[in-house]
Amino acid sequence: MGEISLEEMSNEYFDVLKELGNIGAGNATTALAQMMQCKVDMAVPQVRLLEFKELGETMGGEELVMAGIYLGIEGDITGSIMFLLEKLAAKHLVGKLMGMESEGEEFTEMEFSALKEVGNIITGAYLNSLSSITNLSIFPSVPDLCVDMAGAILSVPAIEFGALGDRILLIQTQFFDEMVLDGYFILIPDLESYGRILAALGITV
Amino acid sequence: MGREIKVGMADLNVCVSPDTITTLGLGSCVGIAIRDPVTKIGGLAHIMLPDSTTIRNNSNIPKFADTGIEELVKQVVRKGADRNRLVAKIAGGAQMFGFQSKSEMVRVGERNVEATKRKLAQLRIPILAEDTGKNFGRTVIFHPETGDFVIRAVGKAEYKI
Repeated sequence: MGEISLEEMSNEYFDVLKELGNIGAGNATTALAQMMQCKVDMAVPQVRLLEFKELGETMGGEELVMAGIYLGIEGDITGSIMFLLEKLAAKHLVGKLMGMESEGEEFTEMEFSALKEVGNIITGAYLNSLSSITNLSIFPSVPDLCVDMAGAILSVPAIEFGALGDRILLIQTQFFDEMVLDGYFILIPDLESYGRILAALGITV
Repeated sequence: MGREIKVGMADLNVCVSPDTITTLGLGSCVGIAIRDPVTKIGGLAHIMLPDSTTIRNNSNIPKFADTGIEELVKQVVRKGADRNRLVAKIAGGAQMFGFQSKSEMVRVGERNVEATKRKLAQLRIPILAEDTGKNFGRTVIFHPETGDFVIRAVGKAEYKI
């Protein structure tokens, strides 16, 4: 199997990844609705291949404070996945989950671990759908959570992509319950895993 | 007041007083500011990875500590700075998450800082101050007029090094 470069990725591969993103985000939305026991709608996710310097602006600025949940993945597909949510949206979600209004600017320890769990469930649903479509095994690691500037959180997946190329694949999902929640998925498979995902879907590289 | 020049991720630029130069939200990346204190000509690089020689796709010069710093020096000298007077300040190289999945990516912040120091030492550019490591993001603003490197972080008062 030849090596794939994100730079040279044909439209066909890109469409496949887009579709995987759609399905994954759809599954994640369902999981979110079940967890919150309310209706959650989702806009059609946008999948974009961005240059590093465009990344922060896309999310509302490098200094926007966000919550990022980051997990390693192992199995047939190796790499990592990140889910990002704006801080206010994260507070809203956690408040709803815990059945109380969240007070103050900062997260309490309880809210912090609830948020970690939200991220775990959302990314888990995303990875499950990826696993069942491709028939490949995927095992997520224990998630880690970081609340900080978007640019700083994004430096982590950007560096992983940076070892491969000069752009990053971003899946933007908008959820709605009472308010609009912008969530972002960044799936970072190793180069070999890209090949494996595509091959599993019957696309010859 | 001069302009504020913005440097993105994997990017660099030069800056002449009274202008200032900034990069937002440094995480595991490292911001390297250099300056000639006499002409007050300086520059800032935002590097992502330590070493261009270990990566096949390495045409993006400002992405790596080794090639990025070399290019930064070249550009400030071209702008009129004296190569022998250059001094540096560095910030960033945090570890944002407790774990980072791929073994080669473990401690990438720390490795970025090490590679930056190695390159600056090799070019014989002294590091006057640093604010590196730990686990938080940093926005940096460099003033070539004074050499002040102002650092902003979430939940902390602004400080300078």
